[in-house]
Amino acid sequence: MAVCIAVIAKENYPLYIRSVPVQNELKFHYTVHTSLDVVEEKISAVGKAMADQRELYLGLLYPTEDYKVYPHMIRILYYTCLHVFYQIENILLYRHTRYGYVTNSKVKFVIVVDSSNTSLRDNEIRSVSQLLNLYGSLKGFQGI
Amino acid sequence: GSLSLSSFLPSLPPSSFLISPVSPPGAGDQALFTSLYTPLAQQLPREPMEWRRSYGRAPKMIHLEANFVQFKEELLPKEGNKALLTFPFLHIYWTDCCDTEVYKASVRDNMMRWQGKLRLHGSADWVIVVVETSDAKKKNKTNILPRSSLVDKIHQIKICVVLSDPLQDSSRSQESWSAFLLKLRTLLLMSFTQNLGRFEDDMRTLREKRNQPGWSFCDYFMVQEELAFVFEMLQQFEEALLQYDELDALFTQYVLNFGAGDGVNWLGSFCSPVKSWTGLLLRRPIDMEKRDGIQRGQASLLELRSYLFCRQCTLLIFLQRPWEVTQRALELLHNCVQELCLLEVSMLEGALDCWVFLSCLEVLHRIEGCCDQAQLEANVSHTVGLWAYATDKLKSLGYMCGLVSEKGPLSLELNRTVDLLAGLGDEKAETVHSLQSPYKKLKEALSSVEAFERHYLELSHAAVEMYRAIGRMRSAQLIGKSLAEFYMRKGDPELAESFLQNALRSYVSEGWSLPVTHTRKQMAECQKLLGKTENYLQTSALLAGDANLTDEERIHFCQEILTFANQSTDSKGKQPKVALSMSSFAQLKQLQFRPATATVHSGTALQVELCLLSLMPVAVPLEQLAASVHLNLEQGGTNGKTRGPQSRPYPGTVLFPLANSSGMPPSAACPSLELEEIQDRSPLDPHTLNSTGMVCKNTHLVMRRHDSSPSPDTPNLVSPVPVVMDDGAKVLMSGDVTLLPGNNSIVFSSQELGTYTLRQLCATVGQVQFVLPHISPLVQYEVYSQEPQLTVEPLTDQLLAGLPQRAKVRLQTGHYTVKKGDALQLTNIDSMPVLTSSSCPATILNSTAEHVGESVLFIQSSEKVTCISLPPTPPYHTLEFQLEVLCVIPSDPVWPENQRLTNGEIRHRNIFCHCLCHCLCPQMSIDCPWSIYSTPISLTFYIPFKAKHSLLSAGNRKYIQVCLQNVSDVNFHLMDQRLTEKHQESSLELQSLNTKAQQLVCSKQSVYCVWDVRWKENMPLCLQCVFSASFSSASEEVSSFKPYHYEFQLERVTTLYSVRAEIMPAAGEQNCHSGSLCGLEMSITRLAEPEDNEDDGETEEVCSTKLMYEVADSSNSWVVYGRSSGLVSMPADANANHRVQVELMPLFAGHLPFPDIKVFKYLPPSANSTSQPDTDGCVENDTLSLLDRPLDDQGDTASIRSRGSVHSVGSGEQQSRGLPMPRLEPFNPGQVFNHSQGCQVLVLPSTDDHVLEINAT
Repeated sequence: MAVCIAVIAKENYPLYIRSVPVQNELKFHYTVHTSLDVVEEKISAVGKAMADQRELYLGLLYPTEDYKVYPHMIRILYYTCLHVFYQIENILLYRHTRYGYVTNSKVKFVIVVDSSNTSLRDNEIRSVSQLLNLYGSLKGFQGI
Repeated sequence: GSLSLSSFLPSLPPSSFLISPVSPPGAGDQALFTSLYTPLAQQLPREPMEWRRSYGRAPKMIHLEANFVQFKEELLPKEGNKALLTFPFLHIYWTDCCDTEVYKASVRDNMMRWQGKLRLHGSADWVIVVVETSDAKKKNKTNILPRSSLVDKIHQIKICVVLSDPLQDSSRSQESWSAFLLKLRTLLLMSFTQNLGRFEDDMRTLREKRNQPGWSFCDYFMVQEELAFVFEMLQQFEEALLQYDELDALFTQYVLNFGAGDGVNWLGSFCSPVKSWTGLLLRRPIDMEKRDGIQRGQASLLELRSYLFCRQCTLLIFLQRPWEVTQRALELLHNCVQELCLLEVSMLEGALDCWVFLSCLEVLHRIEGCCDQAQLEANVSHTVGLWAYATDKLKSLGYMCGLVSEKGPLSLELNRTVDLLAGLGDEKAETVHSLQSPYKKLKEALSSVEAFERHYLELSHAAVEMYRAIGRMRSAQLIGKSLAEFYMRKGDPELAESFLQNALRSYVSEGWSLPVTHTRKQMAECQKLLGKTENYLQTSALLAGDANLTDEERIHFCQEILTFANQSTDSKGKQPKVALSMSSFAQLKQLQFRPATATVHSGTALQVELCLLSLMPVAVPLEQLAASVHLNLEQGGTNGKTRGPQSRPYPGTVLFPLANSSGMPPSAACPSLELEEIQDRSPLDPHTLNSTGMVCKNTHLVMRRHDSSPSPDTPNLVSPVPVVMDDGAKVLMSGDVTLLPGNNSIVFSSQELGTYTLRQLCATVGQVQFVLPHISPLVQYEVYSQEPQLTVEPLTDQLLAGLPQRAKVRLQTGHYTVKKGDALQLTNIDSMPVLTSSSCPATILNSTAEHVGESVLFIQSSEKVTCISLPPTPPYHTLEFQLEVLCVIPSDPVWPENQRLTNGEIRHRNIFCHCLCHCLCPQMSIDCPWSIYSTPISLTFYIPFKAKHSLLSAGNRKYIQVCLQNVSDVNFHLMDQRLTEKHQESSLELQSLNTKAQQLVCSKQSVYCVWDVRWKENMPLCLQCVFSASFSSASEEVSSFKPYHYEFQLERVTTLYSVRAEIMPAAGEQNCHSGSLCGLEMSITRLAEPEDNEDDGETEEVCSTKLMYEVADSSNSWVVYGRSSGLVSMPADANANHRVQVELMPLFAGHLPFPDIKVFKYLPPSANSTSQPDTDGCVENDTLSLLDRPLDDQGDTASIRSRGSVHSVGSGEQQSRGLPMPRLEPFNPGQVFNHSQGCQVLVLPSTDDHVLEINAT
């Protein structure tokens, strides 16, 4: 399943980032941060088409030997965002409000999937609900 | 034309069909085909054919090309043959036999034998070609076999084509050729489609069996690849690629299934240990070596993958999709790593890295080979991944082989290198002569430390440049970071530093805390090696406060700082201290003033309590903590008025926005605007605004560019910004403080005079100083010194004159200490006596207006001064007490001689300031013990009453009326109203007609009092009267009445003339009628003899007085006919009478009031009278204009005929012309008594009035 999930603000700082093998946390941070290069590239390539969509799946990007990185652009309303997070983890809400810089748009979800994990197909991570299922699995695994 | 099969495949020209031509044993026929081969082979592919396909696939136009092979029985496909490439699609029997005999003799049998063989092998695709040549016909004219008969003879033959004169250039020949070719193509395509369909069906069947035991992927691979080859021949590269992609997917799925525990036997061969890692080889279209291996079932996973990718790559390049090659290559390489892992293939450590490295470079070389430079540059984004991957792999190889160390590789590492190189085998023939082949690169890179460095740096820099070029800065930084790590391993920290800085800046600016921490740790190591002490200490401070690190690590970095701080003092005595930013060390959270106003007077201590959040993991002993302050010169001082901190929600407390230690987005660190309203008020009128505006107080923080220089306040510094210390500034100090982890409270106190702004905070630890360069928001405090101030204020809204009033005396002691025996000395003034009592209570308040104590004042009053002895009062306290004062209402204004008394307005006297609104402002002065100067004190008292007097006459009798108006807001009791003569000289008797002894005069009400004036002897010319009354406030329980005096003067009171008027109807009428004339008879009688000085000059001359009368109607009900005014000369005798008749016409009916009759003194023009400046006496009556004023008989009034000229009578202009003007002077009130004033006369409507006038108003 997903080994790392990151929610990244419009300004590219991590709103939330969790990874399953905690000892590799740093590596995931680097991976997710570097993946923003491609996320930005894709966003600008998608351009105006994005304006109409509430969410945007950017496809698999930035694969490494070990992990696949799936970015996800989500355009959802702030409160929806908050609500969802609230369900996931209270601490997130805290961080969220503390920074308070999330806007309606350009919140990015980046999900890192173990390459050796073959049960997850690329097109299975297309929607937010599926993403949140992944969150769920992550949560259960990590015992958040 | 036969072709050998063995050499067929590699040299297979794209798209060629294998056709097995049949030539008869006879040499003649072989020769026939040979002669036709060249045009046939040339012309067959010339025209395309539409290829219709099964399963609804779209038809395509293809060109058919064929290989012609001599018929051999062994070439015929046997049962179960899977080969498609070598499949004979069409068998052709060539004959030019046209002789019946020959046919019968040999050809037929031959043909039958051929057919028999074909039948035997189930091949139904054949054709017999009969070549007719005119030469042959000519030769054998006798035994010509007619075409039809030949065709008839071989009736079983399905297809027979006749080619006529193929080698001659005639139209018949051409027609024959094209018909033949068309036929051939159709047949060929038909056969091909049929056989292909059969092949595909077989292939599918085979694939369906893939889960049966004994199924082999390699076998199936060969079958499907056969299909791919065929498509490739037909130039259907897309279709061909699809075949490989299907194979790829199938294989991938099996590997995945294997990983999931679903293994199959045939995969076993791919699980065998990998012995060769030569990398991809993309220079050949088909790597026959690997293909053979696959065919034999001996290929390793990498070999299969390599071969498959090589084929895909070839086809993609045919399809001109080179960028897909790079993308697929990266996926392939990643995937292979995973698959090797899944299949648990054992491989020498590093071998896979070699393979990946070689493969990356090979792909890049291949792509470079088929694209020009511009294309490559435009598509860096597609290749950069491979560059980076290669770099990464080379790096790990380098680390593995001990090439990245200062000492060089160990023997173990050397052995490993040898093993790795062995797996590469010999260089392939294709690249042997190329100087820059991946093989050579790898071999060289692994050969020595220097070579490795060269290659690694070259690759890294290339990748970094590429990433930068396409704007992937983060990726570039990541590679830069591994470069930095490399340099650090090589012991080259100078080169590492900039890469680390770049990366760190990026992580900091985007708020990625974990990478920040990690990179900062590397940075610390680098800085330490470089000996950049200051930077290292700053970084250490940041790390010591970094929550991402373990306690041990934090303590280590903290200890580094402390060690340095203590060492330096020991060894190097006078080295300048190292200044570091405080924000990483501790955060200023809160500041609290005691007292909360942040304002104290001199002599008391102002306490400032700082709350510092120490970020250090251990307690840090500070030698001192100093806050530097800046004396504000421009603001002067507020002298205790509150400002600044008090307007905040918590008085006296300043909260500082938490500067984040790490991981905070840069936008959040932006300071909020501090705005302040400024108002420019007019100096004259404080209620008028000249201008107003807003100023931003922290522009220097808000307007700072975020991109260029890092802000000095944020601790997320890549490298520490030099901290500038305020030199020579005043400081608040606190020594020997130990900062414990977490919140600490430090108290400063300040006593120095002035308004100060807190500027910097500086914590000193040995040789290290942590400086907070700016304290924002601005924090100010004030220590002020104040002069003693004495104020006297009314206790109530208004002070009323005439009554005892209380005033509050407030003494703000300021810096002065009131000692025992100090006294205030009030200079007594008559108009405002201090109502002394011997003692009065006083209150002492401290500077925050808290009640401190009570005391009693002793007041001693002498004739000239009132002395108030003050109780001892400490400085900056307020002493308050009340004084009772009385302001005497002045009663005897001394009027100038010529000023007429027209109303009761009180005129000022020299002791009062001039006030317009009936108020008195007595000025007193107080001598204070702290000053040699007297303090002037002014209080404003309002006079509660306004008095008016008037003289009333009834014939000769006189009455004086005094109207007293209460102008204050208070109700008064009034009693004892008296009117007396000021100087009791005359025999005047003033008899009061007032009945009430005591009266209530409410606010804004008036009281009228009347006196009958009687006199025995002559009436004095001038009456000087004093009205006096006693009043007391109605609200007071015990009424103590205070006097009120009002002095006035009446002149010429005696009635001189009486005027009596009568209106008579026209003759013969009983009543007056409107519109008809009636007469007014007025009689002026002199009642008293003229006094001596009454009119200067006149009496002496003629003993008569000239009077001017005037009939004026103010109600517009009368029209005067004839003269309305005239002069009469009154004899000086008493009772002299003069009658005047005036004709009037009433305009309305009803009881009409009499018109007004005015009498003036007429002063004839005289030379000396011009000097009389009094022009007030001139007639100025608006109503005159309504009446026409005909010229007087005597012409004396010529100058007063019109209103406008009257006023100019005495003007200097006319006087200068030497025309003396007569003057009119009105009588004083009471001098002329009009009997008929207020009389009315009945006017009847005129009899012939047809018009009824109704006035509705």
